[in-house]
Amino acid sequence: MKTSIPSNELMSSGHLACQGCGATLSMRYALKGLGANTVIVIPACCWTILAGPAPLSSLGLPVLHSPFASAAAAACGVKAGLRSRGDVETQVVAWAGDGGTFDIGLQALSGVADRNEDILYVCYDNEAYMNTGVQRSGGTPQGAWTMSTPGASGSTRPKKDLDAIILAHHPVYFATATPAYAEDMVLKFTKARAIKGFRFIHILSPCPPGWKSDPKDSARLSRLAVQTGLLRLYEVEDGRMRLNMPLSKRKPVEDFLRAQGRYKGMGTAQIADLQRRVDEAWGKDPESEP
Amino acid sequence: MKKVLMGNHAAAVAAALARVQVTVGYPITPQTQVYELLAEMKLNGTLAGEFIAAESEHSVMAAIYGAATAGARTFTATSSQGLAYMHEMLHWVAGARLPVVMVDVNRALGAPWNLGTDQTDSLSQRDTGWIQIYCSTNQEILDSVLMAFKIAERVMIPTMVVLDGFTLSHSYEPVDVPAQDDIDAFLPPFKPELTLDPKRPMTFGALVGPKDYLRLRRRMAADMAEAERAIDEVGREFGERFGRFYGQLDAYRCEDAETVLVTSGAVGSTARAAVDALREQGLAAGNLRMRSFRPFPAQALRAFVRPGMRLAVIDRNYSPGAGGIFAQEIKAALYPRSSASVHGYVAGLGGGDITVELLQEVWRRVHDAAAAEPEPASWVEDAR
Repeated sequence: MKTSIPSNELMSSGHLACQGCGATLSMRYALKGLGANTVIVIPACCWTILAGPAPLSSLGLPVLHSPFASAAAAACGVKAGLRSRGDVETQVVAWAGDGGTFDIGLQALSGVADRNEDILYVCYDNEAYMNTGVQRSGGTPQGAWTMSTPGASGSTRPKKDLDAIILAHHPVYFATATPAYAEDMVLKFTKARAIKGFRFIHILSPCPPGWKSDPKDSARLSRLAVQTGLLRLYEVEDGRMRLNMPLSKRKPVEDFLRAQGRYKGMGTAQIADLQRRVDEAWGKDPESEP
Repeated sequence: MKKVLMGNHAAAVAAALARVQVTVGYPITPQTQVYELLAEMKLNGTLAGEFIAAESEHSVMAAIYGAATAGARTFTATSSQGLAYMHEMLHWVAGARLPVVMVDVNRALGAPWNLGTDQTDSLSQRDTGWIQIYCSTNQEILDSVLMAFKIAERVMIPTMVVLDGFTLSHSYEPVDVPAQDDIDAFLPPFKPELTLDPKRPMTFGALVGPKDYLRLRRRMAADMAEAERAIDEVGREFGERFGRFYGQLDAYRCEDAETVLVTSGAVGSTARAAVDALREQGLAAGNLRMRSFRPFPAQALRAFVRPGMRLAVIDRNYSPGAGGIFAQEIKAALYPRSSASVHGYVAGLGGGDITVELLQEVWRRVHDAAAAEPEPASWVEDAR
């Protein structure tokens, strides 16, 4: 049988992730698109652990672990180092969580994006510092509970608009993705692989312990994020935006929120407010580009 | 070929002669001319490798970490706050056992702002696992950068070549620049055993337990001990090839010296003039210049010191609550086995002048003291 997704596996099943981890699904699909001729740079994040303690590895390609703030800079150094030794083919991918991207790694990321370094930067965004036990990051949405925003109202500030920050650097390729849409994700990594210059893929990655959701719901939540219009799947190439998943009809945001314990503190008024903001962002026409 | 070079340019010329494959930089006074000259050399083709103009020193060392793990010979230069900002990555690169070479141009750390030379920036990185070499002339800067690659790549420990801000960095001196062929014969291409290579996938820096961690640090300790030999042996080989010999220590008129001025960096040149002046007065003065600080040349120092000798240690640095850093380390290396006395003097912080007169005054104070009982750290200033 011929599948639309490559059947080769560069990630092994012996990783150390929690049940229902979106970050492992994301890595698996990403590597199917990227292929074996790839170096992965991982700063402090869940994947520091998931890749395996020495001498084990759940990844069948070269991995460089780097300190928290340094993924982008270390990746551009790897690329320069390989190039200086005559290897111009090997892909270099920085693979960081939202803390390492929205917060502590933002300066280095801005630097490589600004210089149009020939790397692919991937942020698997599970919307909080999950590896340290769920603390708020710049990627945490308004209303979400975390251990550092413990009150009933959860995080009081809206999620930082990372996409706008990255797009302000004029990347050659930008895309959003989420693992429920596996073909879309693999396709985006395959496409990114063939492009030279700075590329960025922003993945929304469900996290059952941090989202306080049932592990069996991870794919459903990933899908609901798109179907409610909270997450837009799109690409930007050479400054032109393309919506990958037009919605003829959006589901209510409540469907997404109610399946997660982290939003337990959100009342009817707050949910209505979020629904209004999503509607405004999409406009009256559900297929319109926000 | 003799050229008149500022200290910063001597460092940049040496890096290009070493055929560095990846250079990463970021501006900071008083190091900026190293970065600027390398950028210019990249543009005109005299620097062959990759050149990255990073957005911060932390990213400089992060990019160097990536490039060196990919198997490239790497170089950068920084100073003061920039070095402090890199601190996390300095530990990381040393732990990863990458033979990076970096120039640090000594400058005081804030607050308050001060641009003058002061060794506290480099010395406060003493526990990061980098070899540190201190230079006293522009010739020594060029030679030390070239030797640093050979030393670093032999023991797989990153090496910092340190020079005084302005006193050396911005001063012009005649420097003998060796021919490229002769450098190539001295310094063959870097051939690391393990690199990031998709054909041979490996993980670098993965989580380890306490057993492996301790053993890795213990191996680093053994290689630091080996670095003491490497500094002397590479210095000797360099001397045989180029006529200028180097080692961990550099003694001047110490054969019969009773009291010795112990210095590091450019103060060494001034100290020689002070020793000459004291000798003219019939006094048994000498100068011992500490070229290496990490690994600390404890064995060489113990071999150098004679019973009853008085060491007047000049520290252009200060560890609050403890005193001058070279003095502390020298005491730790000598006591309790040695009868030599160690007298610490803190001077010239933030770029203050350490003059021939001040050094003579310090020498006399130590030499004329009734008992050899060392004083706690003394602060001295040139009143002129």
